[in-house]
Amino acid sequence: MAGAALLGRLTWQLAGVVDVVTETPRVKTIVFDVPEWLGHRAGQHVDIRLTAEDGYRAERSYSIASAPDGTRIALTVERLDDGEVSPYLTDELRAGDRIELRGPVGGYFVWEPGQGGPLFLVAGGSGIAPLMAMLRLRAAAGSDVDARLLFSSRSWNEIIYRDELERLRDDGVVVAHTLTRSQPAGWSGYTRRVDREMLAEVGAGPEHEPHVYVCGPTAFVEVVAEDLVGLGHEPRAIRTERFGATGG
Amino acid sequence: MDELMLDGNAVAGVLQEVFAFEMTTAVGTCGNCGVAGPIGALHVYRGAGIVLRCPHCNNVIGKIVRDDTRMWISLSGVRTVQIAV
Amino acid sequence: MSFVSRGFRGRRREDVDSSRVPPGQYVTADYPVLSAGPTPHTPLDQWDFSIVGEVDEPRSWTWDEFRALPSEDITRDIHCVTKWTKLDTVWEGISVDTLLDGVKTAAEYVIQFSDGGYTTNLPLDDVTGSKAWVVFGYDSEPLEAEHGGPARMLVPHLYFWKSAKWLRGLRLQTDDEPGFWEVNGYHNYGDPWQEQRYWGD
Repeated sequence: MAGAALLGRLTWQLAGVVDVVTETPRVKTIVFDVPEWLGHRAGQHVDIRLTAEDGYRAERSYSIASAPDGTRIALTVERLDDGEVSPYLTDELRAGDRIELRGPVGGYFVWEPGQGGPLFLVAGGSGIAPLMAMLRLRAAAGSDVDARLLFSSRSWNEIIYRDELERLRDDGVVVAHTLTRSQPAGWSGYTRRVDREMLAEVGAGPEHEPHVYVCGPTAFVEVVAEDLVGLGHEPRAIRTERFGATGG
Repeated sequence: MDELMLDGNAVAGVLQEVFAFEMTTAVGTCGNCGVAGPIGALHVYRGAGIVLRCPHCNNVIGKIVRDDTRMWISLSGVRTVQIAV
Repeated sequence: MSFVSRGFRGRRREDVDSSRVPPGQYVTADYPVLSAGPTPHTPLDQWDFSIVGEVDEPRSWTWDEFRALPSEDITRDIHCVTKWTKLDTVWEGISVDTLLDGVKTAAEYVIQFSDGGYTTNLPLDDVTGSKAWVVFGYDSEPLEAEHGGPARMLVPHLYFWKSAKWLRGLRLQTDDEPGFWEVNGYHNYGDPWQEQRYWGD
C-alpha cells in the first residue's frame, strides 16, 4: 500500500443491494455492489445516507465487514429497536434497492498483513464487524500472523459470525468468547464482562508488542482500553473505534 | 468518560471531503498541552456541530459545521498538523 | 432531485400541527442529546451562579440561595438547529428577569458561560421580558446532567444552541461577542421562524 495519503475528494455514490443475510436474531449482513468501488482496507468504514421523500435525511457510519472483493462490500448491522437507520437497513432493504454511500474512509483504524503481528482484537457485540474484515483479509492473504480475538456477546445465539469464527480457529486464530447474559448448557468459556484478567489470559502480552484493535460501544471500548494500558500495553499500540451510546 | 464520545475516525468522511489527504492518520500537536497524536485518536463530540478535542487535556482542537453549500472548519486548537504526502 | 431511499421515513412524529413547526424542522418524540464536550459534574456545594460584567454590582448565588428564588413552571416547544423540534417541553426554573431584578446596566448584550467552556451570545432584550429562564427541572424531575443539569438556560424563541447547558452565569456587555458556535458558522441571532441557522441566512 502506498505511503502517500493523497486520496482525492470523497463523493456520495449509489450502491445496489445484492443480498441480505441473517446472522443472528438482531443482526443482518447486507452485501452491496458499488460500481465505482476502488477497494478498501480492513477496518475502514462507509458513511451511509438515507433520504425520505420529503427530503428528511439521516446519515450513519458502518464498518466494512468484508475483505476487499472487487466491487462488493458487506456491512453487518445490528437492529436497534429505537434506532432510526438500523431498522430500515435490517427490516426494509431488499435485493435491488439502492443506497447512497461514500467511502471507504478511515486510515487510523486499519490493519494490513504487511504490518505483521501479533494481532490482538477485542470486540463488543456488533463491534466485531471491522475486526472480522481484518481476520478475513488475513485469511485471504494467506497470512500466518499470530491472531487472537476476544469477543463479548450476550448469548450463544447472538454471536455474530459464530460458525465462521469456528473455522478460523481451525486456521490457527485464537478465538475466545465471553457470554455475558446467558450461556448454553455445558458452557465452559468466560461468562463475565471483559476485564484485565481476561485480556491478559487471551491476548499477547505487551512484551510481544501486539497491534491491538478494540471496537464496540463507547463504554465497552473505554473500559477495555484502560485495562489494556493497565496491563502495560502502549497507548499508541491500541487503536479504538467507538460506536457511541447507540449505533443508530 | 461520555457515552456519546467517538474517536476522530468517526469524522474521517467529513475530513476527507475537505482535505484530499487521509486525515485520520495525520498527527496533530495540541496547542494547549503540546501532546501529539493521530487525528483518528481525537475525541469527537456531536453538538450543534462537530467538536474535536484533545484526548489528553480536553482542549478544543477544532470544530466543523456544515450546511448544504458551505462548511466551516476551525483547527484553532492545533499547533501543527503533520500529513504524509 | 436527489436520490430518495425507498420506504425510508425516519423516526418522526407526523401527527402534529404544522403551524407549530418552524421551516425545515422535524418533530421528535425523543429528547436527543447533543454535546460539544464531556458532561461536567460540578458538585452542588461548589456550584454558584453569577451575574458579572457591565453591572453596578456583580451578584452571585449558591445553589441553596438560587433555589430559594421564586420559580415557575414553563411549557414550551424547543427547536434545535440540527432540525429536531420537541413540542410541549415542561421545565421548572427562574426567570432571567428575577435574576436581573434591580441590576443597573448599560449593557445591550449578554454572554452565557458554562462549565466546560461553552459560551453563547444574545441581545439583552432577548432574555428579558419573560423570554428566558434558568431552569433546573425538566418533566417534573431535577434536570439530568446529560441534559444540562444542575441548571441550564431556556430561551425557547431561538434555536436551542442559544440555551446553554451547565450554565454558571451571565456576563453583561456593551459589545456583542460571538460565542462558541457563532464564531464557527452558526448564525449570530438564530431565529428558527426565519430559519437563521448559519452565517448569512
